[in-house]
Amino acid sequence: MKVGVVQFPGTCDEIDAVLAAERAVGVGNAELLWHRDRDLKGVDAVVVPGGFSYGDYLRAGSIAALSPAMGAVAEFARAGGPVLGICNGFQVLCEAGLLPGTMLMNLSRRFTFRDVTLRVEAADTAWTAATSAGQELVIPAKHQTGRWYAPDDLLDEVRGNDQVVFTYAADDRPNGSSANVAGVCNAQRNVVGLMPHPEHATDPLTGSVDGLLLFRSPAEAARV
Amino acid sequence: MSDAPLPTAREVAADATPVGTPPGVEQAIALGLTADEYALVTEKLGREPVQVELAMFSLMWSEHCSYKHSKPLLRTLPTEGPALVLGPGENAGAVDVGDGWLITFKVESHNHPSAVEPFQGAATGVGGILRDIFALGARPIAVLDALRFGDVDDVDEDGEPTAGAIRSRFLLDGAVRGIGHYGNSIGVPNIGGDVYFEGPYETNCLVNAMALGLVERERLTLSAATGVGNVVVLFGASTGADGIGGASVLASAELVGGDDGAESMRPTVQVGDPFEESKLVECCLELLDKGLLVSLQDLGAAGLTSSASEMASKGEVGLDLDVSLVPRRQEGLEPFEVMVSESQERMLCVVTPDKVDEVVAITDKWDVHGTAIGVVTDSRRFRVFDGDELVGDMPVPALVDDCPVYAIHPERPAGGPAALYPAPPARLAPDTTPQETLLALLASPNVASRRPLFEQYDCVVQSRTVKRPGEADAAVLMVPGPAGPNGPLPADRRPALDAPVPGVGVSIDGSGRRVAADPYTGTAWNVLECAANLACVGAEPLGLTNNLNFGNPEKPHIAWQLTEAVRGLGDACRVTGAPVVGGNVSLYNEGTTGPIYPTPVVGMVGKVPDVRAAAPLGFQRDGDAVALVGWNVLPTLEASELAKLRGQELPDGLPEVDLDHAQRVIAAVRDAVRAGELSSAHDVAEGGFLTAIAECCIAGGRGWRHEVDAEHAGDGLSDAILFGEWPAGFIVSGSREALDRLGEQVPLDVFGTVGGDRLELTAGPTTISLSLDELREAHGALARFFA
Repeated sequence: MKVGVVQFPGTCDEIDAVLAAERAVGVGNAELLWHRDRDLKGVDAVVVPGGFSYGDYLRAGSIAALSPAMGAVAEFARAGGPVLGICNGFQVLCEAGLLPGTMLMNLSRRFTFRDVTLRVEAADTAWTAATSAGQELVIPAKHQTGRWYAPDDLLDEVRGNDQVVFTYAADDRPNGSSANVAGVCNAQRNVVGLMPHPEHATDPLTGSVDGLLLFRSPAEAARV
Repeated sequence: MSDAPLPTAREVAADATPVGTPPGVEQAIALGLTADEYALVTEKLGREPVQVELAMFSLMWSEHCSYKHSKPLLRTLPTEGPALVLGPGENAGAVDVGDGWLITFKVESHNHPSAVEPFQGAATGVGGILRDIFALGARPIAVLDALRFGDVDDVDEDGEPTAGAIRSRFLLDGAVRGIGHYGNSIGVPNIGGDVYFEGPYETNCLVNAMALGLVERERLTLSAATGVGNVVVLFGASTGADGIGGASVLASAELVGGDDGAESMRPTVQVGDPFEESKLVECCLELLDKGLLVSLQDLGAAGLTSSASEMASKGEVGLDLDVSLVPRRQEGLEPFEVMVSESQERMLCVVTPDKVDEVVAITDKWDVHGTAIGVVTDSRRFRVFDGDELVGDMPVPALVDDCPVYAIHPERPAGGPAALYPAPPARLAPDTTPQETLLALLASPNVASRRPLFEQYDCVVQSRTVKRPGEADAAVLMVPGPAGPNGPLPADRRPALDAPVPGVGVSIDGSGRRVAADPYTGTAWNVLECAANLACVGAEPLGLTNNLNFGNPEKPHIAWQLTEAVRGLGDACRVTGAPVVGGNVSLYNEGTTGPIYPTPVVGMVGKVPDVRAAAPLGFQRDGDAVALVGWNVLPTLEASELAKLRGQELPDGLPEVDLDHAQRVIAAVRDAVRAGELSSAHDVAEGGFLTAIAECCIAGGRGWRHEVDAEHAGDGLSDAILFGEWPAGFIVSGSREALDRLGEQVPLDVFGTVGGDRLELTAGPTTISLSLDELREAHGALARFFA
């Protein structure tokens, strides 16, 4: 299993994502993909990492969504390839139309960092196959524009299709998102986005290791 | 890429003089030079300076750039140590942390810009210190900050916040958002800091930012321009009219009073763009990784003037620069404005002519387009051209080295510190019970939980953070950790769980109140405090950086504070074994109500052989014994947090501190932590023993019980024992045997046991019983300022 991590100018967490993927699939099996290249280098899974792509000017993730690399990622996703968007990557995937909903500024209007408890709502996606429904994961969240929003009809559709993948645990509402959603998937269940940072929960020296389960999932899903 | 020929040295007649009429001495004085300094410039040039030259001299000879009032004092500080690789004089210092890795670090102030415009002032403070780090070829791996504001909870007769308190809250909020905005956006973790609220900072807040970088020893890059004929390339943001005169007019003078004064200074504050800087970081590291640069320098205070002339000075060369080649973001900039603009996110490098194309291509890849603007010459003169026109021609040594150095005239203030600093308003009656006192101390903004601040910062990006803010007394990073400056390390160089994981502990501290009371002892205390913080995570000091924030040194009482503080700093550095690797001096910090508290901020980096052994500050295990370690004298209430809450004026001097004893205690605690003997370790700071115990309870989510039997309880415990302050005191917890072993080396008294969900103390008439929730509620007092 080879994992590619897209790097835009302004991306911050790309090395963290490479390290996390390597902890799951082996050192040497993850590499960076440059935003100007349409070449995905034959990887089996793509991570769109966190940060502030293109400075997040205009709107978070909006410019990155138009990059050559994201054109290739969209094709890869339509062909069923597993794609994970983390934080800014989630914003990029929403802007690219690969995931439902949009991102608004946190209700606090501040950047907020803290460990949050996530509840797995759907364990049948490409990035949650190694988890179980109802499982709780402790993962750091850090964002200012992370309030996932969907109007009522879209929210009904997303819920009806079981596209809510993660919610924040009941007493843990870092941003005020619709239905307390932390992450969603597409209808095909191969593209997943979430605001918290599973790549920062993969090393016991730095805290929780619950995020490893996400990076182990594509290989597990492929085996099933 | 342009096909224009590369700049080459110009032919200029020996008797050529720059075009333009000299603006004269009055303009020089308006720019911050004295009449005598103007005469000296004229003597060095052999004629009066023209506009570009005057602008450049006024900046290079400002206090901010020349340290003309502090240089002799700074020379007394110890700047050598076994781990020191790069001392003062470069963009930042560097220490060897082993295995070929260096940590570069430095603290710098952005006080006056933050007082004028807190968000951008603080943001560009972070941006500036980060550039100092990557100019050395190091990947910035951490930011810390030291903030000082006026009191945020002063109220008037009606219980409403005073105008000063409202402004201080505005500055606090803006500075925290600015620091977060820049650091979070650029992907450098903010791993710690400190904040104090004191009246004397009300009209002159302090924003000091410290950064750390990681670099392999052979990649360390210096700023000296060398190689006659080599090309000077400017890259990064384009140049505009922002920050004109920032170093001279804003940073090297007292702030003009009132809102109007601050408003009129606004154009001297720069505006930051962390996105531009994040591309610059990656671009610089790629350029250096490919070995394409001769030298590298950032553009900070005084912009192109300072960075280019310092590169030329260090390389003992000359420079010909053509301002018409500098990319502009606006039309109509005069040559002098281009030379002194402090537009952010710009870098200058020297490149051999054959590498220029490759360098420009990499800058284009990162969208930070490089432009060749000049050439290294053997003239030892800094010549500025505007196209074909010579607009400035100065000897490099005159600009960089010949600024006069001024003796300062220290005089101990008559009437003591109380004559300089009015007593704070009393917030606590003198007869409160110990329980009420403890809650008031926990809720005091100087003691309350910093969580509402550090929750606004990303502390985990880059995957090295082992101890986050609030988890231990010092931040702990793996070094190098799983990734080096240019990406993931090979598998065999990454940390493994079954072997020691090397790293560093980092702390920044500096209470101004105790320095105001006693500049010598207070400053030494600040250094000990940092070393004590490091000891709690098992870190041994490798070096320190300091930011001397003081008032106007031309005033004898400020000169005395500065002189005594530097003497205390030097003595404490020698005792703790932490040489000074560099730092910053910020003078003229005086607002409308007088000088700030003299505030030497100390940032210390220490080596941790195994980060897995770093102790948390909170109690970890029910049944552990708890001990107070280190004190062989009764702590003092003089200049303490409790004295402030009670509205007491500052004392004239503090009791003498035994530095050698303090160092022995610090070393013993460090060794015990490294050996894994202790469950937790926390140094006793503001609020004294009982406040520290409460902090250990809150952080660990566990209670503490202690009962003094009637025979020893006497009349109960005095305020000095419960709330007095003194350096090198620690609250540790662990097995009784482990504590006994530590007690064989240094003073140690076992006080109680970890357990339950209450803090309970009984000693004769002294009784305290508080639930963890009550402690947390008091400790959460800062949250309301960020609601």
